[in-house]
Amino acid sequence: MTKRFALGIFDDEDVLLHAVENVREAGVKIYEVFSPFPVHGIDDALGIERSRLPIAAFFFGLTGLCFALWLQIYTLGFDWPMIIGGKPHIALPAFIPVSFELTVFFCCHGMVITFYTISKLYPRWKTPVLDVRSTDDKFVMAIEVNENTDMTKLSQLLRDNGASEVNQKEMSKF
Amino acid sequence: MQHVSPVREPLVTGGKTYHDVTQDVCRQVEAAPNVRWMAALSVALVLLGVFFYSVYRTLWYGIGEWGLNKTVGWAWDITNFVWWVGIGHAGTLISAVLLLFRQKWRTSINRAAEAMTIFAVICAAMFPVLHMGRPWLAYWVFPFQNTFGSLWVNFNSPLLWDVFAISTYFTVSLVFWYTGLVPDFATIRDRAKGPIAKVAYSLLSMGWKGSAKHWSRYETVSLILAGVSTPLVLSVHTIVSMDFATSVVPGWHTTIFPPYFVAGAIFSGFAMVLTLMLITRVVFKLEDYITIEHIALMNKIMMVTGSIVGVAYITEFFIAWYSQVEFEQYAFINRATGPYWWAYWSMMTCNVITPQLVWIRRVRYSIPLTFILSIIVNIGMWFERFVIIVTSLHRDYLPSSWVMFSPTIIDIGIYVGTIGLFFTLFLLFAKFFPVINMAEVKSVLKYTVDNGPTYTGHDPHHAPTTHQPSTHGVPASAPVNYDKHD
Repeated sequence: MTKRFALGIFDDEDVLLHAVENVREAGVKIYEVFSPFPVHGIDDALGIERSRLPIAAFFFGLTGLCFALWLQIYTLGFDWPMIIGGKPHIALPAFIPVSFELTVFFCCHGMVITFYTISKLYPRWKTPVLDVRSTDDKFVMAIEVNENTDMTKLSQLLRDNGASEVNQKEMSKF
Repeated sequence: MQHVSPVREPLVTGGKTYHDVTQDVCRQVEAAPNVRWMAALSVALVLLGVFFYSVYRTLWYGIGEWGLNKTVGWAWDITNFVWWVGIGHAGTLISAVLLLFRQKWRTSINRAAEAMTIFAVICAAMFPVLHMGRPWLAYWVFPFQNTFGSLWVNFNSPLLWDVFAISTYFTVSLVFWYTGLVPDFATIRDRAKGPIAKVAYSLLSMGWKGSAKHWSRYETVSLILAGVSTPLVLSVHTIVSMDFATSVVPGWHTTIFPPYFVAGAIFSGFAMVLTLMLITRVVFKLEDYITIEHIALMNKIMMVTGSIVGVAYITEFFIAWYSQVEFEQYAFINRATGPYWWAYWSMMTCNVITPQLVWIRRVRYSIPLTFILSIIVNIGMWFERFVIIVTSLHRDYLPSSWVMFSPTIIDIGIYVGTIGLFFTLFLLFAKFFPVINMAEVKSVLKYTVDNGPTYTGHDPHHAPTTHQPSTHGVPASAPVNYDKHD
């Protein structure tokens, strides 16, 4: 399905930030904002909810900790108990390092895999972008438009808020 | 929220715009390899050849190719292992600890330092794996049930803790580094001209477009990764030190080993970062990004950690005397005055005296002196591990088994070879990957008001010696809301 976008190109992140607030106030729905680096405060301006990845990371870490403790207690305490240096079979202090490492291992990899999955980031042969300068030095505000959109009005709104250019682009599969 | 002080020195000099950053960093990725790079790679590949030959000899003829004997069962292999792991620690410190402390100057150096971490850990892993003698059975260190019975690995052993620590450290560092690279790969992809580069960087960039939602998640992920990497990096060298500290060998059985090793690791790591950065900034013309201020700051970290190491050396000696344990005392007297006195005093000179020179401002801000210092520290830290390991072992409880250790050509070959492996990987990284984190550097360009791309017209150059407050502050009625940053 082909989608049409009006692209407001901004040169500065602070101008963009104000533009985002004003454009949203004017009742225009912003499809997405593309920037070459994270713009602080844009989450609030765009109304992006705080990511719940830290919660996920905590539970991944907890899973790792439980797994590590189970592994060590089961193998050395029950499956094949060995006397090592006269210590008890389940020598908890000696299990701390591995438990810590596996907690970190599960936490990091679980979170990162979740991040790539929910963001739909995976290797692809071709990556179509709305404006190639958005990974270099321009900040691109994309607004989805159709035949009924008043382009002159929209373009004026963007320009009034500091857009240096307003372009249109059609994208299939975006 | 970040307070932008008008008196701060700019983190990036030369009044760069966002586009300048992209141009400067992508230049060497897009250009054909230059002669100096090819020459350096050739040398590294020769050393890599030495590595492969030495590994072949070790695997074909066995560990007997090394200089180990019955008394000194651990020598260069474990020395090199600890040395390389230690070097790797600076990368994580820069990317994780300095991120948590909001030290924004790290943005220009974190990418290369993290790459250094990963390559150093690869080099480090070679030694225990080769020392196994049968590296194809290396997976036996993981908790798989033994095929001959139901025996498991021993979770009480520090050597097994090492397996978990190093594997976690390596994979987490790799993921941290790669996630940071993704937006920069996207920048290169969108500039790429050739079809191969287009496809290659498209695959590497994982379809990154820089949307606000992705950036928001990206920042969350970076922060959490930094948060867990900080205790991780401390745990790794703590566990490495426990390989020694949990034994009962005089000279090893010391409770100060964990903090002492961690400080030493950061010390040697920063020395290696300095060595690499001083070369990289010149070869790739990145002097505006890796400024003299960066070098001075890294020198200061080297000084602090070097001093901690110095105090640890003296503490060890004091405790050996204070403990009144005859064997412990002999181990230390033997270190300083025994047949390996030259190794001990090389260590003391390189690690205790040289970092103190950094107190002098002229030394801290001098590029040639910093370069020499960083090399000396790396040599000193290698000797530290050699002294701890070999001098504690070579004279054990039975004088009849006292021996000396001398490395064979294969020992030397593997060590020199890992340096070749390290530099081969680093040079390939420096050519094909962006050596500076473009996205993060762009986000700190406005760190000082008169350095941002929208604030042209002022003199962006600040000599590092002048400290008078700049007159272009943020007026109360500034049109730009700086609270929005951070």
